Amino acid sequence: MDFNDSPQEAAFRAEARAWLAAHAPAHVLTPGEKIPDTEEADRGRAWMRELYAGGWSGLTFPKALGGRGLSVPEAVIFAEEEGKYHLPKGPFTSIGTGMALPVIAKHGSDAQKARFIEATLKGDITWCQLFSEPSAGSDLAALRTKAVCAGDGSGDWIVNGQKVWSSWAHLTDWGILVVRTDPTLPKHKGLTFFVVDMKTPGIETRPIRQISGASEFNETFLTDVRIPDANRLGAEGEGWACCMTVLMGERLGSGAHRSGVEPLIDYAASTPDGHGGTMLDDRAIRQQLAEALAEEQGERFFQARLRTMVSKGENPGALAGMVKLAYAGRYQKTNGLALELRGLTGIAPEAGDTQTGDVQYDYIYSTVMRIAGGADEVLRNQIAERVLGMPGEVRMDKDVPFETLKA
Amino acid sequence: MNFDLSDEQKMLGEQARALLSDLSSFDRLRSLIDSGAEWDEPLWRALAEMGFLGAAIPEEHGGLGLGALDLGVIMDALGAANAAVPFMSSIILGAEAIRLAGSDAQKAAWLPRLASGEAVATFAYAEGPGPVFATGAKMAGGKLNGSKSPVADAGVADVAVVLVAGGSFALVELDQPGVTRNKLDSFDQLRAHYRLDFADAVAEPMPGAGKLDRLIDQAAVQAAFEAAGAAEACLHMARDYAMERQMFGRPLAGYQAIKHKLADVAVATELARSNAYYGGWAAESSPDDLPAAAAAARLSGIKCLELAARENLQVHGGIGYTFEANCHFYYRRERMLAVHLGNRGFWADRLLNAQPGSQGKAA
Ligand SMILES: Cc1cc2nc3c(=O)[nH]c(=O)nc-3n(C[C@H](O)[C@H](O)[C@H](O)COP(=O)(O)OP(=O)(O)OC[C@H]3O[C@@H](n4cnc5c(N)ncnc54)[C@H](O)[C@@H]3O)c2cc1C
Repeated sequence: MDFNDSPQEAAFRAEARAWLAAHAPAHVLTPGEKIPDTEEADRGRAWMRELYAGGWSGLTFPKALGGRGLSVPEAVIFAEEEGKYHLPKGPFTSIGTGMALPVIAKHGSDAQKARFIEATLKGDITWCQLFSEPSAGSDLAALRTKAVCAGDGSGDWIVNGQKVWSSWAHLTDWGILVVRTDPTLPKHKGLTFFVVDMKTPGIETRPIRQISGASEFNETFLTDVRIPDANRLGAEGEGWACCMTVLMGERLGSGAHRSGVEPLIDYAASTPDGHGGTMLDDRAIRQQLAEALAEEQGERFFQARLRTMVSKGENPGALAGMVKLAYAGRYQKTNGLALELRGLTGIAPEAGDTQTGDVQYDYIYSTVMRIAGGADEVLRNQIAERVLGMPGEVRMDKDVPFETLKA
Repeated sequence: MNFDLSDEQKMLGEQARALLSDLSSFDRLRSLIDSGAEWDEPLWRALAEMGFLGAAIPEEHGGLGLGALDLGVIMDALGAANAAVPFMSSIILGAEAIRLAGSDAQKAAWLPRLASGEAVATFAYAEGPGPVFATGAKMAGGKLNGSKSPVADAGVADVAVVLVAGGSFALVELDQPGVTRNKLDSFDQLRAHYRLDFADAVAEPMPGAGKLDRLIDQAAVQAAFEAAGAAEACLHMARDYAMERQMFGRPLAGYQAIKHKLADVAVATELARSNAYYGGWAAESSPDDLPAAAAAARLSGIKCLELAARENLQVHGGIGYTFEANCHFYYRRERMLAVHLGNRGFWADRLLNAQPGSQGKAA
């Protein structure tokens, strides 16, 4: 066991660090700076271009597909170094590299690979994920958006339905889309997977006002949207397998971050308690901070164990969900504590306080972690079933034709 | 980075688990309690024979000279079995205190005997209610006066490393007129505790000064391995019971209230084990990181076993409350492990004190 970089990893880290020092500062955002989404998206694309030009895009992607063919630890090292800069990276970049590209690489045709992979790595194409629907979230296979054959000899598909919570759908170029093509089959069997140009007529995105005040996700309405058959990924009816590829990428990408506890300790240590000491002298506060720190460290080292598994060619499977579950709950608790430590000024900061706004935003945003990418309860089911071998959920809808199910 | 045990370490853990499942069954634990035994002496001899007692004792003193992670996999197995042996007292604390702070003569006299299991040691630190690491006992002119209580395994120990005034250690043979041992009513029925009174007891000062922190940091890591092993055993016991027990026409394990409970136990256990790995690695290879690593491991160890021991009994329902079911072994040991070597408040302080920028704050 060695938690340090191997000599080879240390050399890679030095190389990454030097490159970032030369190229990242020009793209860095000032902390607390708020910019419009469109500008953030442009800055994100510019950073993607810079990464590609320097050879730092698609690090774990096979060389034959335009990536660098490196190992997971190297990608982690680069992400750690990159994370030291406040760069304009958002879901609009990671949905492309972390979700769209893996599914295209695994299930796509040669023509699709040639068309999308390099362009995405370069930042020329950005992506959104059109999976969730009003009645298909955790139960994704309950989706109702449907595609039928155009019937005019073109082989095109005509799509009708509604997606929801589609992050960045209003600002991205292409979407990964899963739809129902055969309602006479059981729910997981009649699905088909497409990539869709977001500028296709019939696609309308309507912003949804979020509790954070931002509107990064949308309702996406699809009305007689025509998709050429060349944009189908995998065979008709194999949409579920494609979804699983996407979700696996999402799960492994999410997880432990070093977030939040150390700055809280600094904050407590530098804030007077009114009795001649600091807030860090308060036993109850010490206890909570220490527990949060221990959990954060546990997440980080557990993640390190999973990465070691991956680098040895093992698949952590549902173990990856354990990190996400731990992290999401702890992140919310930590951000709640951050607000509490600020006392009344946390809920109504003085003018000129540039930090508290971010703390408030993080507390609101922390709710997302427990819902998106597998809600807590769904992850607990998966851990119980796949890690502990406990029985699956009772499913009334499993083997019956989808069209006979109640809406 | 390679954050996994080596194949040898995994094998060592499997050997330990295999030996314990042969020799330390729950029936065996029950019969030890019924007979009022202080420890499982045959098991201790078997552990000695396998070389486990000497695993981390230097080769020149009759051990195998392995490291903290090797000890950790053994502790994990001992925790899983809830074994009634003084491994923490004699090896993790006693032998290690002698290795860290003893003179060459003290090491030569005791380490080989501790490695072979011929002698048993303990570490006497508490002095009743109050601070857990207490220094009221005093050494003067080769004589020790004062009391230590409770002291784990003092009934079977030949020698105690005693924490004394000034924070240094004294080495005291327990079988002498100056030492009175009174058995206490121990909550963990498989770990006997004693009150030790010293009246001009013959004692040798140990020359190494300032070794307490290092000793208890290392022990905290090992306690986290023990807790993770015990928590995993609780988790599997609860899972297996829930798979068998039928309820309303299906296995209890099919209900989310039970699945979700056990998923949470599984997560807490893996976090604790991950922190223990890091602590073991730090103890061997990165001593500057040890204080923070040890405290984090200790805190997560307490947390995971508390959750696991309580929910295990809960999942068993009424049968969990019977002596015949096995939940109570862990339920009692959990409280013992939660407070020995300092409770969570103590370790929370240490964790924060080990953070850069927070030194010198309240302890
Ligand atoms: C900020 C944000 C961004 C998102 N971005 C995207 C995106 O870009 N593209 C996209 O397709 N989707 C996106 N999503 C959607 C996300 O994947 C879903 O919100 C998520 O899968 C949960 O689905 P739901 O919201 O319908 O909640 P539901 O599935 O209705 O869940 C409601 C509650 O029921 C619980 N629950 C569900 N099933 C069970 C069960 N079997 N047992 C017990 N409890 C259960 C859940 O845990 C939850 O607590 C985003 C969501 C958010 C919040």
